[in-house]
Amino acid sequence: MLECLWLIPALPFAGFLVLSLAGRRLSHRAIALVGAGSIGLSAAVAGMVALGFIAAPPRGHAFTQTLWIWLDTAQFRPAVAFYLDPLSLVMILVVTFVGFLIHLYSTEFMIREEGYSRFFAYMNLFIGFMLTLVLADNFLLLYMGWEGVGLCSYLLIGFWYEEPQNGYAARKAFIVTRFGDTAMAVGLFLIFTHLGTLQIQDTMLRARELWPAGSTLPTVAALLLLGGAVGKSAQLPLQTWLPDAMAGPSPVSALIHAATMVTAGVYLIARNHVLFSLAPAVLTLVAVVGAVTLLLAGFSALTQHDIKRVLAYSTISQIGYMFLALGVGAWSAAIFHFMIHAFFKALLFLGAGAIILALDYEHNMFKMGGLRRQLPVTFWTFLIASGALSAVPLVTAGFYSKDLIIWQAYASTRGGMWLWAAGIAGALLTSMYTFRMVILTFFGPPGMEVSRRPGWRMTLPMAVLAVLSLTAGFLDVPRSLGGIPVLSNFLKRALPAAISAGVRVGREGLFEAISGTVSLVGILLIYLFIRRIPRFTEKLVHSGAGAFLHRLWFAGWGFDLLYDRIVVHPYVWLARINRNDVIDRFYRWIAWINRLASCGLSRTQTGRIRSYALGITLGAVIILGLVVFL
Amino acid sequence: MILIWLIMVPTAGGLLAWLLGRRHAGWPKWVALVTLVIDLSLGAGLAAQCFGEMGITLGGPWLVRIQLSWIPELGISFFLAADGLSLVLVLLTGFLGIIAVASSWIEIKERTGFFYFNLLWVLAGITGVFLALDLFLFYFFWEMMLIPMYFIIVIWGHENQVYAATKFFLFTQISGLLMLVSILGLYFIHAHNTGVYTFNYLQLLSTHLRPTTAMWLMLGFLIAFVVKLPAVPFHSWLPDAHTEAPTAGSVILAGLLLKTGAYGLLRFVVPLFPSAAFVFAPVAMVLGVVAILYGALLAFAQTDLKRLVAYTSVSHMGFVLLGVFAWNRLALQGVVMQIICHGISTGALFFLVGALQERLHTRDLNRMGGLWSAMPRMGGSAMVFALASLGLPGLGNFVGEFLVLLGTYRANIPMAVLASLGLIGSTVYSLWIMQRTFHGPMKEDWKPVDLSIRETAVMGAMIAMIVWLGIFPQPVFTFVRPSLEKLEQITDLADSIRRIDRLETAVFLSTTGAPAGFQREDHP
Repeated sequence: MLECLWLIPALPFAGFLVLSLAGRRLSHRAIALVGAGSIGLSAAVAGMVALGFIAAPPRGHAFTQTLWIWLDTAQFRPAVAFYLDPLSLVMILVVTFVGFLIHLYSTEFMIREEGYSRFFAYMNLFIGFMLTLVLADNFLLLYMGWEGVGLCSYLLIGFWYEEPQNGYAARKAFIVTRFGDTAMAVGLFLIFTHLGTLQIQDTMLRARELWPAGSTLPTVAALLLLGGAVGKSAQLPLQTWLPDAMAGPSPVSALIHAATMVTAGVYLIARNHVLFSLAPAVLTLVAVVGAVTLLLAGFSALTQHDIKRVLAYSTISQIGYMFLALGVGAWSAAIFHFMIHAFFKALLFLGAGAIILALDYEHNMFKMGGLRRQLPVTFWTFLIASGALSAVPLVTAGFYSKDLIIWQAYASTRGGMWLWAAGIAGALLTSMYTFRMVILTFFGPPGMEVSRRPGWRMTLPMAVLAVLSLTAGFLDVPRSLGGIPVLSNFLKRALPAAISAGVRVGREGLFEAISGTVSLVGILLIYLFIRRIPRFTEKLVHSGAGAFLHRLWFAGWGFDLLYDRIVVHPYVWLARINRNDVIDRFYRWIAWINRLASCGLSRTQTGRIRSYALGITLGAVIILGLVVFL
Repeated sequence: MILIWLIMVPTAGGLLAWLLGRRHAGWPKWVALVTLVIDLSLGAGLAAQCFGEMGITLGGPWLVRIQLSWIPELGISFFLAADGLSLVLVLLTGFLGIIAVASSWIEIKERTGFFYFNLLWVLAGITGVFLALDLFLFYFFWEMMLIPMYFIIVIWGHENQVYAATKFFLFTQISGLLMLVSILGLYFIHAHNTGVYTFNYLQLLSTHLRPTTAMWLMLGFLIAFVVKLPAVPFHSWLPDAHTEAPTAGSVILAGLLLKTGAYGLLRFVVPLFPSAAFVFAPVAMVLGVVAILYGALLAFAQTDLKRLVAYTSVSHMGFVLLGVFAWNRLALQGVVMQIICHGISTGALFFLVGALQERLHTRDLNRMGGLWSAMPRMGGSAMVFALASLGLPGLGNFVGEFLVLLGTYRANIPMAVLASLGLIGSTVYSLWIMQRTFHGPMKEDWKPVDLSIRETAVMGAMIAMIVWLGIFPQPVFTFVRPSLEKLEQITDLADSIRRIDRLETAVFLSTTGAPAGFQREDHP
């Protein structure tokens, strides 16, 4: 059963090939069948492989399938090989299953678009690369998946290519992440040069043997890998591309920029936890980056008008939580939150897509309102997802995953009060911006008329995800609430358990209660601000300090401006002034001297015998003189 | 014998094309096509045969050789030999030659006979360069590449063709003459040492040279190859020549002529003057990095599409220069891969630019845009090669660039890091190409036609090749491995005693020459 592992990425790639070569000639039905079907099949195979893995775990809880040797030169032998362990299993299940639901949704969402086959071709290609990334047995194959998902992200953000700003957003995404990717590449060079292999498990073994904890090499290597991770996962300081990436169609935002690609950084760090554990300074940095990012993004999300931009900043913020978890050593908590987040965030984006489609591509929440009666299914699913995002206690999956992280931020030996405080503050912000979005969109007086209602192909995936957003949390219920951490146990073979500082453990119940209360308080607060005291809120937003903060947060804390000033404009300016290549001037100058001399010399051709005679005489005198004197 | 056929077939074909061109303008292109198909098949057959016999190498890496005496009094012989490296490059020559003919199928309308004559003679010259092992013969073929290419640019080129062709000619001719001086220097010193006057490469390999002499001679060779490569600051001829040349000319210039420079570095500079090259290596690496970054910057700035693609060649060949002088196995393998894949990807890009120019009659990026909906096949092909240009894994260029960077990291970390920044630079210009030509709104009322069957076939073949090389590059490595053996011996030595003073290493290399029998340390 495990032998079918290679089919899981192969099916989406096959789908891509069929659609890119023959897509134009196929009917919409056929395209939808191939496009969504390939992912559906892949999900089915993943499910079967999972059953096989759980029922009869292979030796060491890891299975490697080598397809062929990619390169074999000078002791460098990366293979195209897939590695299945509990971590990659969870990843492929989420990617294929959520991916299939989103593909199904897209078959209806994109139906009126020209480029229907192109869309599904790119989406399939993306899933193929994402699966390659998480299944890769060595860093080179991982890097291929890594770059591949970046490519598909670029292609899909810029899907509606006639608009130059979509192209700009797409390029921005690719180039910003390329900075991170380059750092990661240098990290790979370092790892190979010093450890002699790029096979991930071997690397971890050798690193543990050869590199003492805290020394320079693992720290630099981990730092470089972190560079790659923050790029792909849109964390500080490379988070600027994600809000603009919302230019792509909503299913793209759901799949790539919420559920899968952006979590690649989280996967990278989790997969290389041994290396990161050897570099405690970097792990602390990971936690700090996560904590700061989740706060900054939370504030930004509070001010946005565009519904998708709220969700984009929300994604940045939630991935910040995952980074926080990784940084404090709560590896499985990060993966758990990744899974739950994939469900509710994809659902939120799909819901936003349904709204946008229903309102003829209107994105501005302030123009919406009262949609709960007109789009009931969308409303309820969106509400459930929002609850999960806000970690509404006990009933939503988000409560279990996010609060596990917040708890570990305090309890873990690497955690502490500050990180916990950041997590709690972030949770408050999350509830606030989430329900601001819900209230503005679904409540209040109706802003616009609905022109298109979503059909079953859109509502079914949303419903499924809604159910998951409620129930999936029960996979990892903490003991203090009387549950069994099924997922953590499953992942224990691949990821070490979080180490808690003993003295703090007893307070788990209290802290859970605080988290739950905070999320509810946030909902209450924003309800008050918008509904009960709107005039006060207005004055606050327009007052001196308030207006300044509002503008700052709206512009993503000014990072775009900063990068424009110090990177983009100088580069473009330098390129423009040197357009004609300053080095060429040197050669043109030589040519000019030549011409000058040639002009000068050609003046001696006067055609007059007298001057020639003079020339001959002068020449003879000089030569005779030289002969006499030398 | 087959090596002579590989050169004679295009030569004869060229003459035939010229003759038939007088009768009917449509015949020469068919003659050229058939000639090159024959040539490629011969090369492929030879390669297949040699690949099959890989285990039984006869006397070192040389797979086929032929040596006929020519002017024995001066020590000049007609000595051709092929090893894995040259054979792969000869195959590339045949392949890109066919692409070049295909690209000028309808573009060249006047004096077609003479055009295909020049085209085929350039290809014959290039093949000769890759196969010649007699230095005099090598120089002969070096010049033979030059002159027909000059004619191609000057007669069938675009607006500024005279300036571009003259510049191209002067740059390559002058650097070639310096190489001739070095060749003669080597010739005379060898004669002075051993009493034997010979231009034979294999015999000249063991010439004993004093360090300063070696440095000067090496620089002579180096300048010729570095101008051809081209390396900054000798790259000035390239944008003009590439831009003004007709499509076939650009394809051959970028795809093949530049590779002769790289080949020269691998075949002549390093093996003939290992110690001098080693001492020079840091400078060469800096030049390589500068080429990568400066080329990328310049490419991004251009508004002429063809000029933009031309500058990308400067950037990519910077990797080659860096890789050769990084002095280790990984980098060398990367260099070979980069040579092959760059030839294909840039050849394809020029092909597409030519096709675009035929349809729009402009190369100005400011006027293009939004062409994807009208020409999806062309857009898709351009996308593939733009991605190859930026080094996307899964396409061949990534393998080459990654190996070069991996190898460079071992040699010099700052250089590797700076060169890696080139990956960002290439992303910027590659995506810029796509945005300006195919994406965005349509700026003028173009109604272009998508790729014809001929063009689709060409693009299909090239895409298949570049993807194949990206996913299954191993056959190339296995095939070329023996040819790099000698180079690897020299570089392994340097690699393993890198901690010792650079000068000591150079002295050591110059006194021991071929390090046979010396124990190499094994790396993990």
